[in-house]
Amino acid sequence: MAHTLFDKLWQAHRVCGSEGGADLLAIDRLLLHERTGGVALKSLAENGYSVRDPSRVIAIMDHIVSFKSGRGRNDARSPGGAAFITETRQMANAAGIHLIDTDSHDQGIVHVTAPEKGIVLPGFSIVCPDSHTCSLGALGALAWGIGSSEAEHVMATGVLRATKPPQMRVRVEGALPEGCSAKDIALYMISTYGAGGGQRSAIEFCGTTVEQLSIEGRLTLCNMAVEFAAFSALIAPDEKTLDYVRERVDPNSDLDTAMAYWRTLNTDTDAAFDHEIIIDATQITPQISWGTSPEQSCAVNQRVPSDASSQALSYMGLEPSQAISGLAIEGAFIGSCTNGRLSDLKSAARILQGRRVAPGVRAVCVPGSQSVRREAEALGIDKIFVAAGFEWGEPGCAMCFYAGGETFPPRARVVSSTNRNFEGRQGPGVRTHITNPAVVAASAVAGSICAPSDLPARSKELA
Amino acid sequence: MAEKLVVHTGRSAVLSRDNVDTDQIIPSREMKTVGRKGLSDGLFAGWRYTDAQARIENPDFVLNRPEQVGTTVLITGKNFGCGSSREHAAWALKEYGIRVIIAESFGEIFHGNCIRNGILPITLPTDDMDSLRSLAGPVEVTVDLVAQSIACANLPNWERQFDISAFAKRLLTEGLDPISMTLTSKDEIEAFFEKDAAQRPWVYSAA
Repeated sequence: MAHTLFDKLWQAHRVCGSEGGADLLAIDRLLLHERTGGVALKSLAENGYSVRDPSRVIAIMDHIVSFKSGRGRNDARSPGGAAFITETRQMANAAGIHLIDTDSHDQGIVHVTAPEKGIVLPGFSIVCPDSHTCSLGALGALAWGIGSSEAEHVMATGVLRATKPPQMRVRVEGALPEGCSAKDIALYMISTYGAGGGQRSAIEFCGTTVEQLSIEGRLTLCNMAVEFAAFSALIAPDEKTLDYVRERVDPNSDLDTAMAYWRTLNTDTDAAFDHEIIIDATQITPQISWGTSPEQSCAVNQRVPSDASSQALSYMGLEPSQAISGLAIEGAFIGSCTNGRLSDLKSAARILQGRRVAPGVRAVCVPGSQSVRREAEALGIDKIFVAAGFEWGEPGCAMCFYAGGETFPPRARVVSSTNRNFEGRQGPGVRTHITNPAVVAASAVAGSICAPSDLPARSKELA
Repeated sequence: MAEKLVVHTGRSAVLSRDNVDTDQIIPSREMKTVGRKGLSDGLFAGWRYTDAQARIENPDFVLNRPEQVGTTVLITGKNFGCGSSREHAAWALKEYGIRVIIAESFGEIFHGNCIRNGILPITLPTDDMDSLRSLAGPVEVTVDLVAQSIACANLPNWERQFDISAFAKRLLTEGLDPISMTLTSKDEIEAFFEKDAAQRPWVYSAA
């Protein structure tokens, strides 16, 4: 019988059946962060359980750490945030789990750090009390976001009880036009099929466009699957994946056996899916959100729909049929688990080189991890950002979400390389437009929403 | 251990929006301590208050209307609880007093978080949801989880069945602790890890 990759990964981790058709699944890695992980560790201890296998649990500080240059190890970006950092540190140490602390060389956003440090490998089952855990399926891992109680369950038992979800294949075919990225595929898909379009399925992304994407691009595509109401996202490992992983695994492990196994991780030709979507990548242009859900997105050069939701328009300060390009902005943010990797920073830097952020725009770039920051600085990318007028921050989730501290002013229009344009996500009243990092950079320079191709040429002396 | 829910009759409120995300249910700025308590005050803070910091109530927000005092049933739209995995959303709703949420669909992680915290998420088709949402003001809704049925005092001859997994039903009706339930399979779990360690040794060398 033909099986999907998801079937194979599910079966490989299935310990036994449970009542009501659910299964107990072995969990290879649990990631925690200070925002939702600390409470899980605390509650676990209060309930009298210990961590069954501490070597499988990794805690990383990312959500509310300060992104100010020169931050101290307890510095938070929100009032009262230091307690989340110090309590998580104390409880992680008491539980004997590996902690990647604020001041660690490896620190970063969990979904940026986990792939780059070899914490997630193909075929792993990996969970985290964070909805963007689906990012990690880009390496061919069974990866999904859970709640804090489920994180406790994994720590106490080594397994999770789960009901196998329906499966969806999203086939993306054709050459992605110049100026488009994985982010644009994701926003195009979500706006076409709706924020509920993933129907709680495990999605496998495939097709020539997906094959052509870099590992970083694949991480971005899978990252956005949760905004599509997917249970998880998955891309079958190929030679590109194995090359990426090879540099990151423990050199003492039996790599040949692992590689041979990873090469078997794919969907059989005749395997059936519950749902299938086919996307023609050649039709995609740079996308941007106009409303308060990622499904309320369109091409940068399009207009707000004439029948747009009045709730969304009122929050965003827009009118039906209004042009999106040319809307004046006050803020720009580049970073996050969606678009805070080196390739994202490079694509923005190409736009920013020799240009300046428009007056009145606060522009912030926060690399997704210390590794990304170091690599970017080695390439002089930080200098391009700073010369253009961007702030260059310390790695973490930063301005992707407001936690009570630093924010943009109410009603400020902000272009952001993040994943959520929800009401208040970046601050009370802040009007977030999510898009790819190059559009963020171009808009910051123009002072208004702008596709990179619409930017005026650089002046000669700066170019 | 979560509070049991077998039969529940309560006052409903209609929150007629799609894609209500967990940032709306409990904004991150309202997660002030490392714990599960003290969150109900921040429930829907962005909509419930005209000034969230000063806690000045917005009289137009449905839960602030005098007739909605004591609401325990929330009737809403599609994809309720999408977004962030924060279990604080379920904790805040529960602490506020919400026991049943009726929607056309739910965010996947939020749905699981509700069940683990004594909140029953019910999914109904659009036409039934339209019937419920069209009722003016609060109405009395009765849910029988054992019979998997829902009825509404203001809709005569309207009673519907709903689906729920056997495990979720048991957790909610018996208020069980999922960890101790799983640990009854401890022998199978340990046997699995022993066999798996031989087959996938690279998983067992810590990163």
